[in-house]
Amino acid sequence: MFGSAIIVFRETLEAALIIGIIAAATHQVPGRNRWLAAGLLAGLAGAITVAAATGAIAEMASGLGQELFNAAILGIAVLMLAWHNIWMSAHGKELASSARSTGHDIGEGKRECSVLFAIIALAVLREGSETALFLYGIATADGQGGHTTLMGGLLGLAAGTVVGWALYAGLLRIPLRWFFSATSVLVLLLAAGMASQAARFLIQADMVPSLAEPMWDSSALLPPDSALGILLHGLAGYDARPAGMQIIFYAVAFITIAIGMKLTNRKSSTN
Amino acid sequence: MTKLLTITLALLANTAFAADAEFSLVIRDHRFEPVELIVPAGKKIKLKVENKDATPEEFESHELNREKVIAGNSSTTIYVGPLDPGRYPFFGEFNAKTAQGALVAQ
Repeated sequence: MFGSAIIVFRETLEAALIIGIIAAATHQVPGRNRWLAAGLLAGLAGAITVAAATGAIAEMASGLGQELFNAAILGIAVLMLAWHNIWMSAHGKELASSARSTGHDIGEGKRECSVLFAIIALAVLREGSETALFLYGIATADGQGGHTTLMGGLLGLAAGTVVGWALYAGLLRIPLRWFFSATSVLVLLLAAGMASQAARFLIQADMVPSLAEPMWDSSALLPPDSALGILLHGLAGYDARPAGMQIIFYAVAFITIAIGMKLTNRKSSTN
Repeated sequence: MTKLLTITLALLANTAFAADAEFSLVIRDHRFEPVELIVPAGKKIKLKVENKDATPEEFESHELNREKVIAGNSSTTIYVGPLDPGRYPFFGEFNAKTAQGALVAQ
């Protein structure tokens, strides 16, 4: 029971951290709750579909479909997070500064909401499909404590949700003048971490060269399966043994999004 | 022209395959067979993993920095390395109690 709780907790945690950060970052966007809930539901439906199609997905691209699929999902998520952050650096302040802005620029706000929807849905889909597969395996395995394992799974799900919620509640307590910087730094790190994970899947599929693997080994310093290691992996893409290509993906995503934010921020303040 | 292209591609594909050493692992009753697989160091390795159980398994290794779900009764390919000489443990995350193994690069 404990083993299954941990597996489900780890998968839930990654999605919950993303949801917590995005929910906090968009808490002033009108209509955000509905889009968040819709993203969650769409993600769950997608997760079950993907889990059921695991065999079929894996067989695509001569056995490397799973890596390509994961890399594609991560790639789209990085683009969405980038768009979100750049949009926020242009509109975030006006959203916070006055209630007047509610309803202002509805088209833009709608687009931000659909990006929010996509980010949540993709996060739940990716982490949820592995959880669904694991629990399905347990449920179909004959006898031997399938029931307690499922209970453990539910426990893990609850624990992961609590951590995501705590992050959300904590972020909302940040004073307004630091709030946008704090959430946009978190989103920036999320995006860069996902880019690095996408690179890892492409290396695993032998689609891109690893360029020295590992670049370094910090597993003795900060073990990847320690609580802090898991948390930092979910928040900022911490990898104890990254390949050179992962670092390039990380840096390119980080720098590109940061430049995009700077440019839009400057433009919106001169307007 | 197309013929030439086909031949070139075939040759390229051939050299690509020849460059990777191929090894296989089997998952049965939530255990890896063999438990220890000896592989050459300094070479890219194409690892075939066949899951003979009806339930899915996740091949995972922190040391190799790899992670892949393998559906029940199916097989998959994972590329690893080139590795420095040493022992690289891996495990099946869904059945970590029994599914333990290691690559030994020499």
